[in-house]
Amino acid sequence: MDPNTENPNITPHKYVVSKRLDNMFFSIYHAYQFVLRFFKEVLVPPYEFKEIIHQCYEVGYKSLPLISLTGFITGVVFTNQSRPSLANFGATSWLPSLISIAIIRALAPLVTALIAAGKVGSNMGAELGSMKVTEQIDAMEVSATNPFKYLVVSRILATTFMIPILVMYTACVALMGAFLSVHSNEQTSFAMFFSQVFDTISFLDIFSTTFKSTVFGFTIGVVGCYHGYNSSKGTEGVGRAANSAVVAAMFLIFVEEIVIVQIVNAFR
Amino acid sequence: MVKKQKLIDRTNAVISIKDLKKSFGDLAVLRGVDLEVYQGENLVVLGRSGTGKSVLIKIISGLLLPDHGDVDVLGQSVEHLSTKELMELRLKVGFSFQNSALYDSMTVRQNLEFPLVRNSRNLKRKQINVEVESVLEAVGLSQTIEQMPSELSGGQRKRIGIARTLILRPEIMLYDEPTAGLDPITCIEINNLINEVQEKYKTTSIIITHDLTCAKETGDRIAMLLDGQFAIQGTFDEVFASQDDRIQSFYNYNFTQ
Repeated sequence: MDPNTENPNITPHKYVVSKRLDNMFFSIYHAYQFVLRFFKEVLVPPYEFKEIIHQCYEVGYKSLPLISLTGFITGVVFTNQSRPSLANFGATSWLPSLISIAIIRALAPLVTALIAAGKVGSNMGAELGSMKVTEQIDAMEVSATNPFKYLVVSRILATTFMIPILVMYTACVALMGAFLSVHSNEQTSFAMFFSQVFDTISFLDIFSTTFKSTVFGFTIGVVGCYHGYNSSKGTEGVGRAANSAVVAAMFLIFVEEIVIVQIVNAFR
Repeated sequence: MVKKQKLIDRTNAVISIKDLKKSFGDLAVLRGVDLEVYQGENLVVLGRSGTGKSVLIKIISGLLLPDHGDVDVLGQSVEHLSTKELMELRLKVGFSFQNSALYDSMTVRQNLEFPLVRNSRNLKRKQINVEVESVLEAVGLSQTIEQMPSELSGGQRKRIGIARTLILRPEIMLYDEPTAGLDPITCIEINNLINEVQEKYKTTSIIITHDLTCAKETGDRIAMLLDGQFAIQGTFDEVFASQDDRIQSFYNYNFTQ
């Protein structure tokens, strides 16, 4: 509709806003259909076990070096930053408790999910996007293979399974980093440090972190695959798919974090 | 290679299209297409870029849905098939893409195995190897079996793309611009390959092109798509004997180029 001729009450500005709103609601509906299709396809055979395992390797094993480094640095830096505040109250003995709560409840899931959104999400967006624009997805379809099941379902399952495992690994590495920092400054033993850590964290902490990580993993997979699978407009579209996959996944991770923390706190 | 005249049974249409219409937004691409393709023939669809030639074969293979009209392939109405039925039909309809659409992350062997393994899950490794080697030999590229698509030339990629569709032994082959972007010698090789495939595998083919040499060498019949409809159908000589200015300008432009 031409904003200047059809209706004099609709200014170009209003037209642009309404079109953007239209697009936004259409995208939400489209994404909803995508997620719905995932749940329909995930339960129906044939199951792509080989591809799921391959994707688990891509998501999990290949992320280990980056996750290890980031987790370790997070543990060391967080401990070093927290020490002066606790030292003011003569409470440095509380460091292991404080660190364990921060790492298990918030830092490990968030840091892992954000790194995975950047590494895995962008990779999925770019890979599927490039397959889409070079007609490789159509080629799968015409050779009687369901590309959604092979490419999308396997990737979403891989991130959903692997992110919680990576989060647990990050938590362990971060706690090791924290221990080294505490040990070098307060001469705390390994056994004492970890006994205080495990005394502080509860089953609810572990459960909520696992649940949260599963949700984050699912989100990273869905967002990465959605943007890649629906990319268009050639190489520009591939770049945009990779970029949108990261931005949207990070935004959703923060929103989910807030919501899940509120829910978990209600049970605490 | 000189194209041999074939006897085509005009009573046995394997693809039948009636009043097919397809638009993208406000742009009407196909505006009432009628077409019949007979068992064993090579039909060439000619037309300028953007006239909807590729859209036509994407509708035949079920990649796109028509807005209006009937598309029957091997006696089945494509737009009314369930997903499972469409998958079964696709086993009989091979599609060779303009840019080959080889899977970048897989070797030639894995590219060829992919449709076979997914559709015949009980096949043994030995049988798979035999099938892969057989189609590679048919397209004359046995030596490329362990190469990645990025290591192949444009012509080789086209051949491997054709081999990948042949591995499922389709009854119908759809070629989307098989000679686009290739040098004249490779074009001749691809044209010969299309004819050899037809002879060896007894396929019915639709070849989408705007290359008149390809049309002349491969087509038993030519259908000229102009303004969203078939303006004329017949042999190469019959089509270009037409006095229609649009057809003459297409012919003259191609051969002066």
